[in-house]
Amino acid sequence: MLGVIVLAGTAVTLWLSFVATPADAVQGEAVRLLYVHVPSVTVAYVACGITFVASGMWLWKRTEWWDLVGSSAAEIASVFTAVTLLSGMVWGQATWGTAWEWDPRLTSTLFLFLLLVGYQALRAASPDRSSRARRSAVVGLLLVPNIVIVNRSVQWWRSLHQDATLFRTDLDFRIEGLMLFTWVFATAVGLVLLAWLLMHRFRIGWLANRVEERRLGDALTARRAEATS
Amino acid sequence: MLRDAVLVAGKDLRLEVRTRVGLGQVLPFAVLVLVLFGFALDPDRGILDAATPGLFWVTVLFSAVLAVQRAFAVESAEGVRDALRLTSLAPGGVFLGKAAAIAVQLLVLEVALGVGVVVLYGADPAGWALLVGTAVPATAGIAAAGSLYGVLAVGLRVRETLVPLLLLPVLAPVLLASTRAFEAALDGSPADGWPWAGLLALFAVVYLGCGIGLYGTLLEES
Repeated sequence: MLGVIVLAGTAVTLWLSFVATPADAVQGEAVRLLYVHVPSVTVAYVACGITFVASGMWLWKRTEWWDLVGSSAAEIASVFTAVTLLSGMVWGQATWGTAWEWDPRLTSTLFLFLLLVGYQALRAASPDRSSRARRSAVVGLLLVPNIVIVNRSVQWWRSLHQDATLFRTDLDFRIEGLMLFTWVFATAVGLVLLAWLLMHRFRIGWLANRVEERRLGDALTARRAEATS
Repeated sequence: MLRDAVLVAGKDLRLEVRTRVGLGQVLPFAVLVLVLFGFALDPDRGILDAATPGLFWVTVLFSAVLAVQRAFAVESAEGVRDALRLTSLAPGGVFLGKAAAIAVQLLVLEVALGVGVVVLYGADPAGWALLVGTAVPATAGIAAAGSLYGVLAVGLRVRETLVPLLLLPVLAPVLLASTRAFEAALDGSPADGWPWAGLLALFAVVYLGCGIGLYGTLLEES
């Protein structure tokens, strides 16, 4: 059901982004990239938040469930952070005239991506399930302080990046009408996509653990059979 | 907990003094990096002058990775971690002790590197209060984060490559803040540098707190 909603939502988003909405007066056609860029970064941050909460919950409850939720969300966050970076670079090339600018928000997003890559590398390197869960829960819990500290430096460095347009505390949105609707709609579709991916990644992780247990059980049975024969 | 920290720090520092790995390998490595930066950036073009604070702290970070790996390589030998757990030392104390030992080594290294940049790059030290006020919290933060991420990789076959990948992105704000603070000190405008020193102190407090809180979980590995 969620998959169908995502497919339909993506189709509507594509239509809104490319057909229904006009080109921007300043940014021209490049504005259409922001309908991918902003939802991607929102999904990436929400997924990081899920990893943070799940890591904290694992440290409290120590269940496989929380380990799988945290690691699945971190994987999804890596993908969406990469999409954010790539779409931002293409947008930057079109608007600023350069694909990479040492803008702090851009740089801190790259660091978020590297932190997430480190998380995946640690999981891949950990030999057994309990050690993997324990180590990755600590790294997952530290994701948020790391992101906050890196983002604080954004406030201190002079920034080329335009100010936040959508998430303003005074609710004085600076885009209007159909463009704003497309943005909000694309973000909503992104969040449903996150839920759908999370569900399936969790299921694959759960099944992989069952396969691992079964292989271990089979190997033990085979050894016992060898010993008694 | 503090008594345990002093015990662990004393043990690690004694190990370093006896094996002389820090003095014989990490320090020469750091000096070598300074010389290589000199080759790469050509001392006559003025780039080295402008980049001195950044190069100093990049060298400290690279050396810190080596120091962290060294500090946890001695715990990787079979049974050492179990023995450490059986000593009933408070995990927070073990963490603080490891971090303190790394911090002491890094402070010694920073003094030597400071002499190095004065001699090799012709840097003119100024704003001593800010230089010290930056180096101390920066070193505490690097040592605290290093101890936490260092223990994460203990016992893994890929630990040599994993520690830099995990640690360097985390330490990026430390590099940024300490470089800006050193620049302000050397430019003679220390007022611009103190907020960065404050950020470094915050970083150190966050990581010391996280380390004390989370170290027990990482030590209980079976």
